[in-house]
Amino acid sequence: MTAPGVDDAVREKPPVLERRLHPVTPLRRAWAPVAVVIGWAVHDPDQTQRQLTRLTTTTLLLAIAVAVPAAALYGFLTWWFTHFAVTDSELRIRTGLVFRRTAHIRLERIQAIDVSQPLLARVAGVAKLKLDVVGTDKKDELAFLGAEEARALRAELLARAAGFAPETAHEVGEAPARELLRTPPRELALSLVLTGATWGTLAAALVVPPILWFATHSVWTVLATALPLLGAAGASSVGRFVAEYDWTVADSPDGLRIDRGLLDRVHETVPPGRVQTVRVVRPLLWRRRGWVRVELDVAGSSNSLLVPVAPREVAEAVIARVLPGVSVPPESALSRPPRRARWCVPVWWRGYGLVVTDGVFAAHEGLLRRSLALVPHAKVQSVRLAQGPWKRALGVADVHVDTGANKTVTARLRDAEEAAELLGAQAERSRTGRRDALPDRWMTEGADR
Amino acid sequence: METGSQENTAHNGRTGAASAGHEPVWTGLPPGLLRMRRLLLVVWLGLLTVGLAVLLGLLAGPVWATFALLPLAVAVWGWVMLGRNWRSWRYAERADDLLISRGVLWREETVVPYGRMQLVEVTSGPVERHFGLASVQLHTAAAATDATIPGLDPAEAERLRDRLTELGEARSAGL
Repeated sequence: MTAPGVDDAVREKPPVLERRLHPVTPLRRAWAPVAVVIGWAVHDPDQTQRQLTRLTTTTLLLAIAVAVPAAALYGFLTWWFTHFAVTDSELRIRTGLVFRRTAHIRLERIQAIDVSQPLLARVAGVAKLKLDVVGTDKKDELAFLGAEEARALRAELLARAAGFAPETAHEVGEAPARELLRTPPRELALSLVLTGATWGTLAAALVVPPILWFATHSVWTVLATALPLLGAAGASSVGRFVAEYDWTVADSPDGLRIDRGLLDRVHETVPPGRVQTVRVVRPLLWRRRGWVRVELDVAGSSNSLLVPVAPREVAEAVIARVLPGVSVPPESALSRPPRRARWCVPVWWRGYGLVVTDGVFAAHEGLLRRSLALVPHAKVQSVRLAQGPWKRALGVADVHVDTGANKTVTARLRDAEEAAELLGAQAERSRTGRRDALPDRWMTEGADR
Repeated sequence: METGSQENTAHNGRTGAASAGHEPVWTGLPPGLLRMRRLLLVVWLGLLTVGLAVLLGLLAGPVWATFALLPLAVAVWGWVMLGRNWRSWRYAERADDLLISRGVLWREETVVPYGRMQLVEVTSGPVERHFGLASVQLHTAAAATDATIPGLDPAEAERLRDRLTELGEARSAGL
């Protein structure tokens, strides 16, 4: 494994092609000073009025003459000093005018690649590219690239991460994708109408401000509470509709493709074997229609939605592609906590359940909003058993399963003896489960695709 | 790399299965930690008792000074509790994973497969160093994994660290 690396170091290195971002990049922060001025004006109108009257045309022109070129120069310089390059094993991003910063992102550690296009970027024909690696932050995204360039770069990064030879990685191109699921707008809208959170925030936004008005008769208090509440209501209904519009899940040799968005388009690629947990969520009002939502956790990724709404069978087919060889266990397969657990968690104890199959550790919770969390055995980092005094008196215990995406899945209220056995058995399974896992470079030997 | 770890797990699968049958060999903590904690408890609560007794005796009268017995009672209770807590801590190095068990009322048992360890840390604060103690902390990719063994002999802590690192490398697996 080390031999080629050493060879590379010794051999005369081919010059790494360093590239710059798209020339519109400096403009992306152009709104910031405007926003600051507007924010200040809104925050303190009287003061603004007074300052404005004091301003003469000359000073205004003078200020603009200084500020605009300075901002332009700064924008130009940050763009000029930002380079990125793709080498055999990493993506290198060099930034910084005064404080130099070089990010080296190892390609085989990539957990997901997002190409996103906010509305204005779509107009300008550019896109952001972000690599999800454990530990990267906001700075490590490439914003902006030309839309075509971003697409080509993603294909190249994925090809290199998959283990294609560097010489051929250029030509491999975009892997063909097969569409698994596309959410119809009607279904999405209806699913949001049938979500309790939508109505909850809406009701709060409509009820709280009038009450406050009667109580205080202060416009500012009412506005200060009404605006965030309206914002939350909008975000949970219209915002979600816009973000989850035209949600498409496709399968390709490079992994799972998720494309979404009405105004801002986001294209996400999750390479094979990166999914740490999958949750199948069934809100109360969706159950009659047999709909589910599927959430997933990928280490280092911010997106946690796989399917916003879909019939159960369709969602299960998608899950079968995400976690190869795993079928979602039906509710009847769950083993429930012992009856005495009702003294620990009254009523809701019925919602808990656990089933362990060859592929996954699946824990169920919730009575109204039911959620089944699946963890592939190979993704388990550690197993913990916890038992407080009250649980010990009742002879029950919780088993926590920790995954790499910083999510813990818990099988609650298991019989104490069963939990102790589960602890040992799960550790054994998580250790051996790794054997069947794909290698990090998924196109190299061992992958039977 | 990948094939190597596969062979390893396959090989150890047998020994693991064999050792899973009988109970793991538990190791308790050395008495140094208990000694340190009890000493700290006695020193702090002793000072509090004396301070309170003197203060109350001077300001409110000797009868009130009996309230100073309260921290003393806490000290006695703490003495017993520290002993129980110390006895509850134990760990076992099995063929493929490390077991840590702790707690009297709130019992917790953690299993960390060696292959999942990202980093092993030996830490020793100033007080611990004075008492010749060190703790070993294991980190996996999951932040929720809280596998710490406190109050070890520094030599034992280093042995454990080296062994864990070695085993971790042999069975290494990423996320």
